[in-house]
Amino acid sequence: MSQVFILVDHTHGKVAHPVGELATFARRIGDVSALVLGGDLAVLTTQLSDLGISEIISISGINFDKYSAGASAQAIAQLVTDRSPAALLITSTARGKEIAARVAVRTNSGIITDAIDIDAALVATQSIFGGSTTVHSKVGHGTPIITLRSNSVEIESSATTPTLTEVKVVESDFDASRLGDKVVSVTEAISGGRPELTEASIIVSGGRGTNGDFAPVEALADVLGAAVGASRAATDAGWYPHSHQVGQTGKTVSPSLYVACGISGAIQHRAGMQTSKVIVAINKDPDAPIFDLADLGIVGDLFAVLPQATAEIQLKKA
Amino acid sequence: MKIAVCVKQVPDSWAEKKMSGGLLDRAGVDAVLNDLDEYAVEEALRLVEKHSPTGEAGEGSGHTVTIISMGPDRATEAIRKALSMGADDAILISDPALAGSDALATSLVLSKIIVREKFDLVLCGTESTDARMSVVPAMLAERLNLAQLTFAGSLEVDVATSKISVARTTDAGIENMEATLPAVVSVIEKINEPRYPSFKGIMASKKKSIATPSLSDLGVNPQSVGIGSAWSTVNDAKERAARAAGIKVVDEGNGGKVFADFLAEKRMI
Ligand SMILES: Cc1cc2nc3c(=O)[nH]c(=O)nc-3n(C[C@H](O)[C@H](O)[C@H](O)COP(=O)(O)OP(=O)(O)OC[C@H]3O[C@@H](n4cnc5c(N)ncnc54)[C@H](O)[C@@H]3O)c2cc1C
Ligand SMILES: Nc1ncnc2c1ncn2[C@@H]1O[C@H](COP(=O)(O)O)[C@@H](O)[C@H]1O
Repeated sequence: MSQVFILVDHTHGKVAHPVGELATFARRIGDVSALVLGGDLAVLTTQLSDLGISEIISISGINFDKYSAGASAQAIAQLVTDRSPAALLITSTARGKEIAARVAVRTNSGIITDAIDIDAALVATQSIFGGSTTVHSKVGHGTPIITLRSNSVEIESSATTPTLTEVKVVESDFDASRLGDKVVSVTEAISGGRPELTEASIIVSGGRGTNGDFAPVEALADVLGAAVGASRAATDAGWYPHSHQVGQTGKTVSPSLYVACGISGAIQHRAGMQTSKVIVAINKDPDAPIFDLADLGIVGDLFAVLPQATAEIQLKKA
Repeated sequence: MKIAVCVKQVPDSWAEKKMSGGLLDRAGVDAVLNDLDEYAVEEALRLVEKHSPTGEAGEGSGHTVTIISMGPDRATEAIRKALSMGADDAILISDPALAGSDALATSLVLSKIIVREKFDLVLCGTESTDARMSVVPAMLAERLNLAQLTFAGSLEVDVATSKISVARTTDAGIENMEATLPAVVSVIEKINEPRYPSFKGIMASKKKSIATPSLSDLGVNPQSVGIGSAWSTVNDAKERAARAAGIKVVDEGNGGKVFADFLAEKRMI
């Protein structure tokens, strides 16, 4: 069988949830080799044991997180050149897409971003123009490099004992410019213990209508086990961190349930959430454009509707 | 400092977009300057104003801002907007052979211009609102072997030492990155508030030059760009049925209950 590379996204010793989706897609195409750049290999390996992975390729020696996508791309491109896999699959995060872009340039390969499905013949499905059009496309040059949106497929687990290939690199292996863009410090975003926005299957978002009080939004999110999102009006006002912004210049999300609270539904916000499977909107203004998208629209005050919904859901769950 | 700002002309975001022959049908829709690129133009102008002895961009500032774009001839309209904001001049690469180019070809053509003109700083938007790939800045850094500082929410240049530092917003939080120029930077929309072109700026822009080098001037083989050489091909594109109209209820004291019942019915709780 042919070999397929997936890139294992990880932070603080935790493998990102969408990696399981990449593995599920990759198994349709061939044997899965998981690329692990940096990190604590022992800790990461145990999390990769039920994803049907055949091989773990660990690249260690420098701290890839300290540099832009360039260093990671060079290391991955080298492996792609050496092994000519059938495809390279990466999660569609900002960094994932940059790595994909740079590997594509470096290996003279075609690239498809933000796919939501891929079949055994490597035909990728994309949903464009805010979900109004479905496109099937295929890479016809080099190693197909495809980035996939999270929440696109149900993860199929399968226990394996992957073989381990270790690649050690040193700084002098890299083009000088690649190690020239350095991260000098990081102020970590506080997750509040809630799921990551792009990985969550339920998202509750608040907008200007919260007037800065996200407590009812967070309370509903917590009873649903949801992530919290925000409109740009809310992040600009400093009510919620930018990393939680949904929309054109924030995250693109596609959860099974998206709840928009006090959000008007500007085109830039819709660009990031309109492919959500079920959309519920709560807004005081009966003419708010968000209602055009909503499967359930409630014309009302979020400060009345959300606490009541939270209490009702708690009751139903008990 | 020689600053380049990469801008793209895109269909108006409000326009309904359709596919035709595996490509975005651009003929029938209004075209505008990609609004995310306006932030890059604004940031370039602010940098120049900050470091100019006269406090102003333009001649005498010791710095230049050049707009570069690849696109059809009518992309000059988008370029004029950037020039009327205050950029000095522009380069448009327009050739029928480029129609249908993918991001790889776009970045190839733009990289040739950047090498030829020896820019110190290349500013981009974070994404084009039509392609929505967010890959061109990273591809430029790769092709040019330059430092890549993307998603910058603030930007600082020390002209004397050529040090550039940005604070970028990532999933992890705020990351402070540093590099030495030349570098490729993309900026997010929180970095500034783009100015409106003044009347004076609009008048002045009419006299500013837009160079139009040919592909052969740039040493690009026309066979290596355009739809014929695109490295990924669209097999088919189908318009999906519009979202079915949902239920809309007015809260009369039981809105939260309606919501909870709806979720229960959908087996979401
Ligand atoms: C270049 C660019 C990029 C952008 N990118 C993004 C992006 O990524 N994401 C994004 O979200 N926006 C983005 N925007 C901004 C976007 O255009 C809107 O301005 C923004 O989405 C509005 O946020 P909002 O819906 O929270 O606020 P508003 O539009 O002010 O809407 C607030 C809504 O709350 C309702 N409301 C008020 N009080 C209550 C209450 N008590 N209960 C219930 N409802 C109430 C009101 O009826 C109103 O409909 C971008 C804009 C630009 C120019
Ligand atoms: N045809 C083009 N001409 C000039 N700049 C472009 C072009 N396409 C993309 N860019 C730049 O690259 C950024 C990201 O675009 P994209 O990768 O297409 O989402 C844009 O915001 C522009 O700054």
